[in-house]
Amino acid sequence: MLMQVENLFKYFSGGFLAINDVSFDLAEGTLTSIIGPNGAGKTTLINLLSGSLRPDKGKIFFHDEEITQLPVERRVKKGICRSFQITNIFPELTVLQNVEIPLIYFHKRSLSLFSKLERDETIKEEAMGILRDVGLKDQIHLKAAHLSHGEQRQLEVGIALATHPEVIFLDEPTQGMNKVEKSSIVDRVVRLSKEGRVTFVIVEHDMDVVFSVSERIIVLHSGSIIADGTPEEIRNNDLVREVYLGEEL
Amino acid sequence: MEKKRLTLPLGIGILIIIGFSIIPFFQSNFLTYMGMRLFIMALFALSFNLLLGYTGLLSFGQAGFYAAGGYAAGLILLHMTSELPVAIFCGAVIGGLFALVVGYFCVKRTRIYFSMLTLAFGMLIYFICYKWKSLTGGTESLGGIPRGKLFGVIDMFPLAHYYFFVFVVTLLSIYCIYRIVNSPFGLIIQGIRDNENRIRFAGIGVKRYQLYIFTISGFFSGLAGGLYACLESTMFPTVANWQSSAEPIMVTLVGGIKSFYGPLVGSVLFIVIKEIVVRFTEEWLLVFGVILLVLLIGFRGGVAGFFDERFRKRVLSARNLGC
Repeated sequence: MLMQVENLFKYFSGGFLAINDVSFDLAEGTLTSIIGPNGAGKTTLINLLSGSLRPDKGKIFFHDEEITQLPVERRVKKGICRSFQITNIFPELTVLQNVEIPLIYFHKRSLSLFSKLERDETIKEEAMGILRDVGLKDQIHLKAAHLSHGEQRQLEVGIALATHPEVIFLDEPTQGMNKVEKSSIVDRVVRLSKEGRVTFVIVEHDMDVVFSVSERIIVLHSGSIIADGTPEEIRNNDLVREVYLGEEL
Repeated sequence: MEKKRLTLPLGIGILIIIGFSIIPFFQSNFLTYMGMRLFIMALFALSFNLLLGYTGLLSFGQAGFYAAGGYAAGLILLHMTSELPVAIFCGAVIGGLFALVVGYFCVKRTRIYFSMLTLAFGMLIYFICYKWKSLTGGTESLGGIPRGKLFGVIDMFPLAHYYFFVFVVTLLSIYCIYRIVNSPFGLIIQGIRDNENRIRFAGIGVKRYQLYIFTISGFFSGLAGGLYACLESTMFPTVANWQSSAEPIMVTLVGGIKSFYGPLVGSVLFIVIKEIVVRFTEEWLLVFGVILLVLLIGFRGGVAGFFDERFRKRVLSARNLGC
């Protein structure tokens, strides 16, 4: 099993219970979506799994090794990465440099004080490969801040891929995108997932996207998992239809 | 166009180097002295900009490392060896070690808290210089610092000899700093400046790299301090106080923090304008302040940054037109 989450609890100030006894397993290579209404605890759950927040109770395992208290950097080294709800890139650097940064660290070049980066063929080739995968190979010398919103989201996925992750959590990857941008990023995520290079966990509000790409859907409500199954099972789940899809039973 | 883009700055650089290398031949002690002040200030500001411009860290205590390097080089030349390069190098190492210790505590904090901590440590170094009379001479200064010899052969007392030494050390340091900011390590520190959170999610420990660059910056500040101590043949505690730390900040802001050449251009403007204004009015501080303000407001991103941006835009539009 890639990841195991056991009885996770997270309280915020004022005693608000954001995550309430959440447990689930994550298998390798499965494209999983986490859905739920606003305030259900989706982003908090991703924050806990990626290391941005520490749980108050419960345990997280990655390849059977407990990582509950590990800081973000150590989790990334183990193969856990994420994208953010609000685009999180290096705006003043070029598209190529954005992807090169994690590669420099991965290939242990980060303490090279006097070597020339442009002469490092390993990093350059790999960076170009990643940018090709996320559809940005023609904008490599453009400042990241000058990309469109959709392209910035694609770049963020590229940065995450450059850390050589085993699992990537994508927090609302299609937020604020038009139809073309949406289908572009969704197609790429599905392709990468099918190639089996990385396991994706997506938090998403767009139900068309969720039901069309996911192999498994976890439904959160008020910090608890109320359903977990295939898209078909979730579609036919009465509780989900009542609390999330808003249908009268 | 690409070739032009590379050859123009290179040509300007070569002309500037030739220009500065003939200064001692004018036989003017004043010009030679001012040239050295300029080199030392440029090196000091460049070391400071490794923090502000490249890592996004505003240090108010840089003069502490400058002074540490100056006192160390002075004491070594007075008591241990007459070999100038050894003393200057040891001064730089001491500056770097001070920065390592101070940085260890400062990088644990962020933004204004980081800056205030550097100010506090800078002032601590100032008080050590001020109070530890047996070592630093306190207010009576550490005087009579000799310039020693180069490889035991060339006497560095003549101003022209020392000028070429300072010139070469400054050029080598500029080259090293240029290589550092354009290295893989340099890209990581620029990533920290841009987005600390994303750097963490690239698996990189932000504090560790901030400490590395803080130490490197302290090393070059100490180097500049050592050169200064030998130029003036004396070291005062005031070299370490917060007003001295403000100078590289002002120089870098005037020149431009986002341009590698910003601190170099800033130091030329700072030293030349100051020297001219001082000659014309007793209220030179007021006039000097107004001129710096005009430069800061008039040139967005600093003087070098302003022209750098225009040059880039011209190159970009020419490329778009297919020239």
